[in-house]
Amino acid sequence: MDLENQKRVLDLSEKHGKENVVVVIGTSEAESAGLTAETVTAGDPTFAGPLAGVSLGLAVYHIFELKDAVDAGVYDEQCGMMEMVLDVDAINSEVKSIRDQYSQFK
Amino acid sequence: MTLPVVKGTSYVLVHTPDMILHYGTTCAQEHEANPQSELLKKVPQHIRSFEETVKYAPNQAYIGNILPDELANLPKPWYSNPMENAAAEGKMGEIVDQDEFYLTLKLSDAFDLVMLEKSFLAGLKEKAATKPMYTEKELAKIKEGYELSEIEASLAEGAEPLLRDHKVVGCIKAAHNKDKNLTAHIMVENLVSKASGVIALKNLIYRSKIAPESIEYVIECSEEACGDMNQRGGGNFAKAICENAGAVGATGSDTRGFCAAPTHALIIAAALVKAGVYKSVAVVAGGATAKLGMNARDHVNKGLPILEDCLGAFAVLVTEDDGVSPVFRTDVVGRHTVGTGSAPQAVMESLITKPLDAAGIKLTEIDKFSVEMQNPEITEPAGAGDVPLANYKMIAALGAKRGDIDKADMMNFIKKHGMPGFAPTQGHIPSGVPFVGAAREMIMNGAIERAMIVGKGSLFLGRMTNQFDGVSIVVEKNPGNAAAGEVVSKEEIKNMVAEAMKDFAAFLLSGK
Repeated sequence: MDLENQKRVLDLSEKHGKENVVVVIGTSEAESAGLTAETVTAGDPTFAGPLAGVSLGLAVYHIFELKDAVDAGVYDEQCGMMEMVLDVDAINSEVKSIRDQYSQFK
Repeated sequence: MTLPVVKGTSYVLVHTPDMILHYGTTCAQEHEANPQSELLKKVPQHIRSFEETVKYAPNQAYIGNILPDELANLPKPWYSNPMENAAAEGKMGEIVDQDEFYLTLKLSDAFDLVMLEKSFLAGLKEKAATKPMYTEKELAKIKEGYELSEIEASLAEGAEPLLRDHKVVGCIKAAHNKDKNLTAHIMVENLVSKASGVIALKNLIYRSKIAPESIEYVIECSEEACGDMNQRGGGNFAKAICENAGAVGATGSDTRGFCAAPTHALIIAAALVKAGVYKSVAVVAGGATAKLGMNARDHVNKGLPILEDCLGAFAVLVTEDDGVSPVFRTDVVGRHTVGTGSAPQAVMESLITKPLDAAGIKLTEIDKFSVEMQNPEITEPAGAGDVPLANYKMIAALGAKRGDIDKADMMNFIKKHGMPGFAPTQGHIPSGVPFVGAAREMIMNGAIERAMIVGKGSLFLGRMTNQFDGVSIVVEKNPGNAAAGEVVSKEEIKNMVAEAMKDFAAFLLSGK
């Protein structure tokens, strides 16, 4: 997760309260989805950015996990094609496993 | 009106092992943050020799010795299965070693900023004199080199080093003592971009067998910016490159657009030729030091060689119709507009299906799509996946959603209309343009009819907009009627007039 985005997540969680922030990620690989989820929950695993050693424990989901919460037409337009392309199950299970381990707000 | 054709292409890699540690952003940032880090200690053990780089199959594909499709039949991983019959000289370009590149840096140095050690420079000049790419005249311009003590004194004043096997053989000085846009580091980046662009343009001229002065205009499309404190991106790399490549009949300008810039430049070049503004336009770009070893951390951690050890450069010559070279279809151009949005589906529609639909060309009638052609061996260990494959999957999924192809046929479509990635991760270099040369070859030998070149760019990295960008253009077989439509000889005109006079006489004699 790039350093600029880490700072934005940190600033938003301080401004609105950690319990009021949900991070929705849209990365295309299970590994990078997991790393992003880890960064906003347990802290930056690369120890390079503002979230190094900061465990925010935020609620975090991949957009694929939220399919039922989104209008079907909008979801199809925005995610339909990528759903056919990416390994949805691998991404969802990776993010879920990180969330189950480190998220304080589920 | 003439058709703009792909008259020639050149593809160049410059092996710069000593620049990875010092000028690649990953290692340079690590050096700043943690000079004693394990990564920096391990990097030298993961650097490939020039020979290993030459024998690396994706590099052979880049310089045109094998077609990208052939990579699919070679054993993987490519880095541990070297091509034994590989050569540094390619059908469409070459792989240049670091020594020769340092000489080209010196040749590209108009302001005496590059200092090379005396005996090292003398050896380089001698070697270069044997290559057709260097003229006696330009080599004669190079003055004697410097004593090592003089170079060390400049380094102490802030010059940036040029290393060979980790030892100093030269340096590049700042071009001004206060101007932040002319620092030694920026001069290195810009001179490297210029010099590698010069090698690409020289290769284009040499391999296309054209007179250098026949090029009328050059569009440079790299990702660097040159200028001083009053105009940071003033330019003009294009003209600087023309000067060193001997293109004395040309002027030019720089086009920017992150990784999409080369495809923007191809479209502009094709339009200029088609409109008759210029008869011959070259599109050229050199490489970026910053991206050397960009994924070195992951490559080292996973026990791979550092695969980002080469600068990439290319040049494409667009000219008036010659009746045989593949044609740029300026009427089949895709563009991602401000209103398109960033959803992947909308992006792919704007670049792929929208222009094809408008021209009445089916998705399956594009034999090959050239997308972001990054070598997957570089990106996969870093968690970024196989980028070209992801693009092909998106095109196939879009086709399946629209009913152009069966969902069950997606994998076949990808295999047939795609190809393995083979280009170095040098930003603008892998984007669409690496396949133009192979497309020219495949179209001319009848293997394919038509290809689509797609360039995409991440504009948000510049923090001026959150917009993404992309453009595309179709290149296809020459209809082969340039002569019929355009050129009528004097003899033919005489015959036509004589024929008309005969008809007229017959008409008068007939008395009707």
